[in-house]
Amino acid sequence: MASVTTNNTVPKVWSRQQLAAGFAITAVVVTIIQYSGLLPAWLHRLPEEWIPPFAPWLDAFFNFVKDDLGLLVVTRFLTEQLQVLLDTTANLLFGKRRWPNLGPIPWSAIAAVAAVAGYYLGGWRLALLAGGTFVWTALIGQWKIAMETMSVLVVAAPLAFVIGLLLGIAAWKSPAFNRVIKPVLSVLQTLPFFTYLLPAVIFFKVGPTAGAVATIVYAIPPMILMTTLGLQRVSPEVIEAGKMSGCSRWQMLRHVYVPAARTEILVGVNQVIMLCLAMVVLTAFIGMPGLGAKLLAMMGSFKLGRSFEIGVTIVLLAVTLDRLSKAWVVKLPEHFERGTPWWVRHKYLVLGLAAFVGFTILAIFVEWFGEIGRKQTWSKGKEMDTAIKTFLALDGVQAVTGSIRYVLNVWVLNPFRDFLLSIPTSAFIMFIVAFALAMASKKAAVLAAVFFGLVAFSGWWDRSVITLYSVLSAVAIAILLGLPIGVFAARSERWSRRVLLACDTAQTFPSFIYLIPAIMLFGITATSVVMSILIFAMVPLVRYTVEGLRNVPPEMTEAADMSGATKMQKLVNVQLPLALPTMAVGFNQAIMFAFFMVIIAAFIGTQDLGQELQRTLAGTDLGKNFVLGICVSLMALTCDMVIMEWARQKKAALGLD
Amino acid sequence: MKKFTTALTAGVLAIAPIAAMAAGHGDSDDPIVIPIHNWSSQIVMSNVVGQILEEAGNNVEYVTTDSQAVYESVRLGDVTLELEVWEGAFGASFRAALEKGGIVDVGDHNAVTREDWWYPMWTKDACPGLPSWEALNDCAALFATPETGDKGRYLDGPVDWLKHGQERVAALDMNFVVVNAGSAAALWAEIGAAEADKRPVVVFNWTPNFAEAVWPGEFVEFPAWEDGCDKDPAVGPNPDALYDCGNPATGYLKKAAWDGMEEKWPNAYGILENISFTNPQIAEMAKLVDIDELEPEDAAAEWLEANEDVWKTWLN
Repeated sequence: MASVTTNNTVPKVWSRQQLAAGFAITAVVVTIIQYSGLLPAWLHRLPEEWIPPFAPWLDAFFNFVKDDLGLLVVTRFLTEQLQVLLDTTANLLFGKRRWPNLGPIPWSAIAAVAAVAGYYLGGWRLALLAGGTFVWTALIGQWKIAMETMSVLVVAAPLAFVIGLLLGIAAWKSPAFNRVIKPVLSVLQTLPFFTYLLPAVIFFKVGPTAGAVATIVYAIPPMILMTTLGLQRVSPEVIEAGKMSGCSRWQMLRHVYVPAARTEILVGVNQVIMLCLAMVVLTAFIGMPGLGAKLLAMMGSFKLGRSFEIGVTIVLLAVTLDRLSKAWVVKLPEHFERGTPWWVRHKYLVLGLAAFVGFTILAIFVEWFGEIGRKQTWSKGKEMDTAIKTFLALDGVQAVTGSIRYVLNVWVLNPFRDFLLSIPTSAFIMFIVAFALAMASKKAAVLAAVFFGLVAFSGWWDRSVITLYSVLSAVAIAILLGLPIGVFAARSERWSRRVLLACDTAQTFPSFIYLIPAIMLFGITATSVVMSILIFAMVPLVRYTVEGLRNVPPEMTEAADMSGATKMQKLVNVQLPLALPTMAVGFNQAIMFAFFMVIIAAFIGTQDLGQELQRTLAGTDLGKNFVLGICVSLMALTCDMVIMEWARQKKAALGLD
Repeated sequence: MKKFTTALTAGVLAIAPIAAMAAGHGDSDDPIVIPIHNWSSQIVMSNVVGQILEEAGNNVEYVTTDSQAVYESVRLGDVTLELEVWEGAFGASFRAALEKGGIVDVGDHNAVTREDWWYPMWTKDACPGLPSWEALNDCAALFATPETGDKGRYLDGPVDWLKHGQERVAALDMNFVVVNAGSAAALWAEIGAAEADKRPVVVFNWTPNFAEAVWPGEFVEFPAWEDGCDKDPAVGPNPDALYDCGNPATGYLKKAAWDGMEEKWPNAYGILENISFTNPQIAEMAKLVDIDELEPEDAAAEWLEANEDVWKTWLN
């Protein structure tokens, strides 16, 4: 905390860069003193007795809110309402014995309706994608488990949409509320998912209800942000037109603001759907049935092929819903001549209904259209397992992975970790402050000092540093690999499309599946951890590099061409500098993704915060769980704040945006 | 599915008189909630018991839960029972829940459990003195990895399983470095990778478990467990250290239930008290899913069909 006080006493004449250099030099000096063994122990690591017992305090607070204030009674009441909704969809989709006792809906009927919806929104290609996804799910023998997942998602996603929309409108109406909710949303977006899971179980009962709640909480933030953003952007002309036609306040909102902000709101809907799907596997830890639970069971009994197939189903569902919702964003409302009959105006609705009824009736007579048992499936799980084993048995493979593992672990990763751990806490915080000063602003530096100071006082410093080390190593390697791929892909329209599709797939593929091949190739070591994070962290880096380079204003590249620049000169001197602010956003996302994935990597075997978080899941340590989650969140927030501020300044300086 | 329905119908018809009696005893119509974890034998066993209870006239529902957190849910009554309480793995969570109240011990299965250092059979080719622990220690260099130098690597279970591998290595002065895997899946991935080139490995494992069927192997024989080995340094070969013995070779496998179950579903509770599976039966259930690739509910139906004489006796 010393750093904050010095920050305030420094004379104002010093520039930001000089201050940054000052902090960096002091940090180096402190580290050298530590190495020579002269540093007082309390500057190296905070003594145990200085660390406030945050966890017991939080536990006491949670218990007070839960029992004395009666929050548990309220949430258990809500749980029952939610349960009714979930039971209804569960009955319709996979035939759980509950009201209205109509289900299960035949798979062929659902696939047909999806195809019609796809055709309405985006023509034959989308029809094929949407219908094909459901046909694949049925043929591969995953229909029932996929519907168990869908039965929760069709409740969670609309609820997240409605709650997000309402909170977004509230944040737009009331600046005070907006100021309160903004930081809360930032924390929510960086909080590790394990921290959502435990309270969800305690307050909403283990099972689909807790799964639905955790999914909703996880999916809401972008909906709120996009709603507020969309409403703020509504042009004054539109508002005036509304006022002139004498709209009441409700009419203004319903008929003027919300329709005008349609695009942003629909982008929010898209985000809600994608985040809901991202939670499918994670909520399996708290009793959510379906694809995620099956995936974990398959991984637990070492069936790689079948886990992979479940992963493919999740990706197909995600890509389908993503493309459908994006097509909905760009689809303009159709207008018909006055007097057009009802069935012409709603021909796709009629078609969808007809297909639904048709296949439902067909399913009564032909069993195959109603239910496909496992014996009729096309699962290739066993064949895939054999293929993986054969691949691993190749001499070359083990030799190559063996040497990568040796070099990375023994020469790079472990020494880097030990180096970071050897830096005194005080010097580490000063380095962070110097970094924030050099990159962003004094305000960011003060916040960075406070955030990392809190991490130090949480008592989890060493584990936090190990977490940070995994994140930094993975992102560094991701940059080395991702940037060239992005630069290459940006050169042609066709390659950009291909690479972006690969990015979408890699991002929606359940991250758990990466863990097993990583272990099989690199053992239970730091290399596996870094490799599994790497795949995930590369996605935004590549995506934003491609987008940044392709959106460089054409007059700039033309000017470079005219002055006779070679391709390389154009890239290095014109395109990359102009794309840098956008690429920084990708870099930032890569760090956020890495913080997300490093927690999952605890399942490989780590000594970081993720491992401790995983431990708390088994018990009822709400307080400790929350402290650990906040540590991750604070480190992620610091990176986010500094990089985004830097990108904003750069953009302003370059006259972009 | 068809087979399952037929089996179920046949079962229901056979049990009809008992079911009628059960209704008379006044079991609640509310569903009995059975937890499902992420290993095959437990999933099939839960389905087997669920189908038995259904045939006895109860409503049954399954919920996927974490195998440690489940004891808290049983205490609260969110989950009605738990069929596999392993002495080694869940003994601590179970005892903690017992102390807090709300959960009852419904007796042991016939099956016994064992958890200890284990190696797949191909390891023995490289180190023929196994399964003795002294022989393992002499072969330590065979188990070395780039990170462990000359010492062997022992892959222990996740830290939260509290297996004391580290303490044992120190107590017996072994030439091994202990590395903790993050999950069971990570253990299997390591064995699977080692299988490719028949590399020697020694890892934490347990029985009954599907892994026995996939990779035949043996437990390492440490100095036999004596009571107090984890509390009194004097017990065991090293007079100054704890954990200088192997784990108990015959740990219990218990059933547990919510303490409101007996009152709400007296008949089902009676059946639960009678239920007792043996090691071969559990292995058979796991095999149906892991090797024959049946879905758990079909595997359960198949097992019930093949073992009527076993479970019929539990019903009265």
